[in-house]
Amino acid sequence: MRDAVSDVPIRFADVGLRIRDVTILDDVSITLACAATTVLIGPNGSGKSTLLRLAMGLLQPTSGRITWGGRADVPPTRRALVFQRPTMLRRTVAANLRYALAAAGCPRGVRGERVADLLALVALRDLGERPARRLSGGEQQRLALARALAKEPDVLFLDEPTASLDPAATKAIEDLIRTIAAHGIKVVMATHDLGEARRLGTDIVLMHRGRIVEHAGTKEFFSAPRTAEARKFIAGELLV
Amino acid sequence: MPEASIIDLILSADPALVQIVKLSLAVSLTAAACAALIGVPLGAVLALTRFPGRPAIVVVLNALMGLPPVVAGLTVYLLLSRSGPLGSFGLLFTPPAMIIVQTILVTPIVAALARQTIDDLWVEYRDELAAMNVGPLRRVATLVRDARLSLVTALLAGFGRAVAEVGAVMIVGGNIDGFTRTMTTAIALETSKGDLPLAMSLGLVLIAIVIVVNALAWSVRRIDERLAG
Repeated sequence: MRDAVSDVPIRFADVGLRIRDVTILDDVSITLACAATTVLIGPNGSGKSTLLRLAMGLLQPTSGRITWGGRADVPPTRRALVFQRPTMLRRTVAANLRYALAAAGCPRGVRGERVADLLALVALRDLGERPARRLSGGEQQRLALARALAKEPDVLFLDEPTASLDPAATKAIEDLIRTIAAHGIKVVMATHDLGEARRLGTDIVLMHRGRIVEHAGTKEFFSAPRTAEARKFIAGELLV
Repeated sequence: MPEASIIDLILSADPALVQIVKLSLAVSLTAAACAALIGVPLGAVLALTRFPGRPAIVVVLNALMGLPPVVAGLTVYLLLSRSGPLGSFGLLFTPPAMIIVQTILVTPIVAALARQTIDDLWVEYRDELAAMNVGPLRRVATLVRDARLSLVTALLAGFGRAVAEVGAVMIVGGNIDGFTRTMTTAIALETSKGDLPLAMSLGLVLIAIVIVVNALAWSVRRIDERLAG
């Protein structure tokens, strides 16, 4: 079943994605290494979500090569992705988790226990029997996180997990992300929010027009940005 | 001869009337069940696969929703008649023949509505299921399960068509008293004979049954919605 090899590091080598003459991602080379939270920032349409989908294996690049732990074409059994607008299955909260556990191959006998653990982790213990689609935005986002963790991933991709959440819900999500990272899971998240990037990121990747403009440690990125784009973005100017 | 009033006929549960109602329900419910077994998987396959010729099949399926019952009846009649290719089974003018023809009428409705429903849900679920690495069989099972509320409506539409339909069951069933007489064929016969009270009471029973079946399905939907969202 699970071999000892990890999906991390994920390596992009000259990866491009072109759909009908439109270049969505161009010549991206990056290594997403272990035990750090990498934050992707950049304006809308800069390619953050596309990079996450490629890294997840949901999209195939039209040029270049992606490897997971040195291997190509690895099915997403040890990677998880929380979409910007996660879709709740038309079931109860607990049933959403049971489904994810079953899909991840978790044996039937231990699912009940794992559901309880995951519900406790994301503070949804009292809402287990509630229909998932009736949850608030913040609760749905937490359930999506728990669902992603059901497969015990090596790496967790998050696509703007706090967009359109209020500060309290955002804090709950950010605390969860810290907990997850502390458990040794590699986190790669896209965000619009520079404050969030600063709070959570170990390293920052700035994307613009389908390219990686700058990749640096968080402190270095914010104190001594090397590119004009990064300086503009940090200063809050519009990067178009 | 004093004519029996409509209410008396219904309240006294006239054995002939009961027999007719029973046969109608048995034939149409069985046909709807057969149509579900064929139509839901067919709709799921059409929703989840892309192959050349698929648009043509979808258009034909949608068009078959309006297949005239007498045409379906005539076709099945020719197939099942003594000299037809399936004549040796001796099914013509029996309830199984009526079930066959109604299944043919109902399957396109169930399949076309199921395809639409599952297609819509698939658009919603596709990314999540891909991210959860869900295989093709579990995908189909998930979509059918989570679309069940809308699929019930599709089945109701199918049952409604079957139970209200007269031309096809008349042709392949023959409207034989006590054997293949359904509510609709009896209504047609009694009307032409001039026994309007019996025709009218059968009509009322037919409407009442359709309302009860829909009310039951609606209640099930409500309960299910409350539990699953």
